[in-house]
Amino acid sequence: MSATTAASTALSAAVAGPPRSLWSDARRRLARNRAAVASGGLLAFVVLACFAAPWLPGLADPAAQDLRLGAALPTIAHPFGTDELGRDLLARVLHGGRISLLVGLVGTLVSLLVGVSWGAVAGYAGGKLDEFMMRTVDVLYALPNIFLVILLMVLFSRSLLMLFVALGLVQWLTMARIVRGQVLTLKRQTFVEAARALGAGDWSIVFRHIVPNTLGPVIVYATLTVPAVILQEAFLSFLGLGVQPPDASWGTLIADGARVMALFPWLVVFPGLALSLTLLALNFLGDGLRDALDPQDLPQAR
Amino acid sequence: MTRYVVRRLLLFVPTLWAIATLTFFLMRLAPGGPFNAERDIPQAARAALAQKYGLDRPLAGQYVTFLARAVRLDFGPSYKFPTRQVREIILEGFPVSAELGGWALLVALLVGIPLGVIAAQRQNTAADTAVMAAALAGVSIPSFVLGPLLVLAFSLGLYWLPPALWEGPQSRVLPVLTLSAAYVAYVARLTRAGMLEVLHQDFIRTARAKGLPERVVVLKHALRLGLLPVVSYLGPATAAIIMGSLVVEQVFTVPGLGRYLVNGAFNRDYTLVMGVVLFYAAFLMALNLLVDLAYAWLDPRVELK
Repeated sequence: MSATTAASTALSAAVAGPPRSLWSDARRRLARNRAAVASGGLLAFVVLACFAAPWLPGLADPAAQDLRLGAALPTIAHPFGTDELGRDLLARVLHGGRISLLVGLVGTLVSLLVGVSWGAVAGYAGGKLDEFMMRTVDVLYALPNIFLVILLMVLFSRSLLMLFVALGLVQWLTMARIVRGQVLTLKRQTFVEAARALGAGDWSIVFRHIVPNTLGPVIVYATLTVPAVILQEAFLSFLGLGVQPPDASWGTLIADGARVMALFPWLVVFPGLALSLTLLALNFLGDGLRDALDPQDLPQAR
Repeated sequence: MTRYVVRRLLLFVPTLWAIATLTFFLMRLAPGGPFNAERDIPQAARAALAQKYGLDRPLAGQYVTFLARAVRLDFGPSYKFPTRQVREIILEGFPVSAELGGWALLVALLVGIPLGVIAAQRQNTAADTAVMAAALAGVSIPSFVLGPLLVLAFSLGLYWLPPALWEGPQSRVLPVLTLSAAYVAYVARLTRAGMLEVLHQDFIRTARAKGLPERVVVLKHALRLGLLPVVSYLGPATAAIIMGSLVVEQVFTVPGLGRYLVNGAFNRDYTLVMGVVLFYAAFLMALNLLVDLAYAWLDPRVELK
């Protein structure tokens, strides 16, 4: 090793410390955001509690009725109280959370899949195809997306699967716009030309070389999509158009609780609290991620 | 300006056409259909029903008739209540929903803007923090949680206000409050951000330097530009308020269009749901056009092309 290389290595080590990638940098910035860290902790707790609910020792069976108990105020045995049929509300909230969180995740994944592919193909292809694809997005944008979901839920069976698909299918529009904008600038860069010169086909250029480079903004927007989907699920379930019994989600629990809240207010307070806190934490985390990854000007999310 | 309006209006038509076409074919693609729910109706009755709703004719013909009638808001009779026209239902429900939504929007602006201005003027003080914290809470609580909680407190606890129905001025308070809460918060946040940006600009310093009272600087010079984010939010806000009214009308049993839509969705009343969705789509598009025009009027830097 020559003396100059050794010197310059030492110099750069002294100046910059260990090399930092975009991701390690972002992680450090996120760790300094107290609201985001606290939200992350709360979310981890909620997710763990909900998904581990069936195996939690001491947690009652959410379907087990105890009619002698009826709707009882919170006690040690039932920290959230019980509903009119004597079912343990804590167990019902945790099990309902599984469905709410699952809908949020699956809906976001569907929207990611459709939005990223749609935006990437439109941006890369350009010309008439781009024009047509983005016009389609514009048309769908004109329709408030809950209407589209309601339309889909009316016309097709009101199953959980349909709910996943319908919620995902209305959320991809902004994602497609973000990805298309990114692809438009990325496709002119030299690494794309290099890939093409090496004989890579269009599909592999788009999905192996360009799309991974759009990841920052996509992750940020996806984090903010999760609470949006959860909220829409709760909204629909509250109206009776979402999750159908015997399944229960936070939305259906709130709807059930609201019906009897004059007598048993805790039945609406606890599920409402669970939903509101989770949404708040997800929004904080999304904002924190956006600040940490600092992608320029995301389009206004609806 | 005129050319811009005309161009936007011309874009209006294909977009609505595309939405109408989409809904029409979705409806025909859907499995089952509203008449399959009734068990074992005689063949003749089924045929008569199909004829009443024009389902016996070829698809292309149905589509053309549908479009021609949709232009006049005529979506035929409701599937669930055959004696009622969808148009009648829309004309009956919309004024109620418009009143509810209009009040909610007005409250959002009248409360949110002053709060945002105060927060911006006192940036990083206790007042600012308090307003922003309240705004965050307002945004995070969904209307279907807030509504029942308000009823719990003000109707069932304090007996101040009626918990439901739409009769008399008192009955307006809780639904409007529930619907507007989230938008008060949004408007306050947007106003604060917009004002902060403007208050740091040179022309504000100039205005202060020439000795204008702070009140004039803020209200006359800064506010006009500082409100631009709020103006561009009016379109999405109206869309969101219409969506919110679906829940609020359900919670407070307000006889508005949102309630008809939800009940229609419940009963699989295809024509009613389709009619209401198309009506709202057209309404929102027209409103967005107006918002864009207002924006250009407020901000002379914007050129309408």
